[in-house]
Amino acid sequence: MNFVLGAATGLNTGDILFQLFMFLVLLALLKKFAWGPLMGIMKEREEHIAGEIGAAEKSRAEAQKLLEEQRDMLKQARTEAQGLIENAKKQGDVQRDEIIALARTESDRIKESAKLEIEQQKEQAVAAIREQVASLSVLIASKVIEKEISAADQEKLINEYIQEAGNAR
Amino acid sequence: MHHEAPLVPFLGLYFNLANMLMITVASAIVFIIAVLSTRKLAMKPTGIQNFMEWIMDFVKGIINSTMDWKDGGRFHVLGITLLMYVFVSNMLGLPFSVVYDNYLWWKSPTADPVITLTLAVLVVGLSHYYGVKLKGTAEYGKEFFKPFWFMFPIKIIEEFANTLTLGLRLYGNIYAGEILLGLLAASLATDAVGHIAAALPMLVWQGFSVFVGAIQAFIFTMLTMVYLSHKVSHDH
Repeated sequence: MNFVLGAATGLNTGDILFQLFMFLVLLALLKKFAWGPLMGIMKEREEHIAGEIGAAEKSRAEAQKLLEEQRDMLKQARTEAQGLIENAKKQGDVQRDEIIALARTESDRIKESAKLEIEQQKEQAVAAIREQVASLSVLIASKVIEKEISAADQEKLINEYIQEAGNAR
Repeated sequence: MHHEAPLVPFLGLYFNLANMLMITVASAIVFIIAVLSTRKLAMKPTGIQNFMEWIMDFVKGIINSTMDWKDGGRFHVLGITLLMYVFVSNMLGLPFSVVYDNYLWWKSPTADPVITLTLAVLVVGLSHYYGVKLKGTAEYGKEFFKPFWFMFPIKIIEEFANTLTLGLRLYGNIYAGEILLGLLAASLATDAVGHIAAALPMLVWQGFSVFVGAIQAFIFTMLTMVYLSHKVSHDH
């Protein structure tokens, strides 16, 4: 190889051009094949993260809203339930009183009618006994008279018996 | 210790074949790393994609520390590419160098002032381009007379000084590191005792060079963004 000795030549003008050319080519190639795509994906990620943060914030706000809503609903349901229980209690009290009053009147009525019936039965029984006593005494008297008593005595006896029966009542 | 560069004249220009080789290798490595790490992109990043995203965020941090993202966002791709290219270039010369037939073939491309100054001129040129593009020619021109009109010569010198320091700082750091590595390897390790004696300082210096290479890549990117922000931002 026949190279020119470096000391004698001074400036390597060719190297300058070559270095410039190579650097610019490298710059262009890297921009197209490496840095461009890399920057693209970094930008994409940045946007993705920003979007995710936005979405997360939005869903958080939504969750907060829902929670608030649920809390309100729970509170409402609780007061409603309280009201229902209260109502039921009140109604139960009223109903109890009603039932008791009804039962009381019913029992009074039954007692009353029972008393009435008893009175009637007693009345009937006394009447029946009186009748029977009268007929019995007539029977007895007629038997006795047949043997020894006169008609006057008989009258007197009957009246005495009747008197006695009337007093016994 | 000095090796010749494999120069060939072509169309009146001189090409250093070693530089061309190493520029190509560095570019290829950067490209392969970048493409491999962004081949399977996912919303949920794993492994090497995380690493690349960390680098992107790192460069984003550099840009954000110098200017508004509204202005600086357009330099994101440039910043990442510069950072990775300069870093990979700095690392290339560390593990070994290849000398064939007294010509130095394998080295850091950034160990050549022509390469680093080319990058520096590119950066400063871009800063002027974007200065005119984003602020208009009139306002861009006025910047040279602020805060006082007689600052104009100093401002002009500043532009050249910026370019020179940006390129030469990188070159100096990497070249010095490679020279010392070469000295340790070639001058000290000539026999068995020398090998053993050279092993530890080599190890230490290589570790330090990794650190220096990373720092220089960061500084180069940082200063690029600073110069760009000076030209682009409205509050300067």
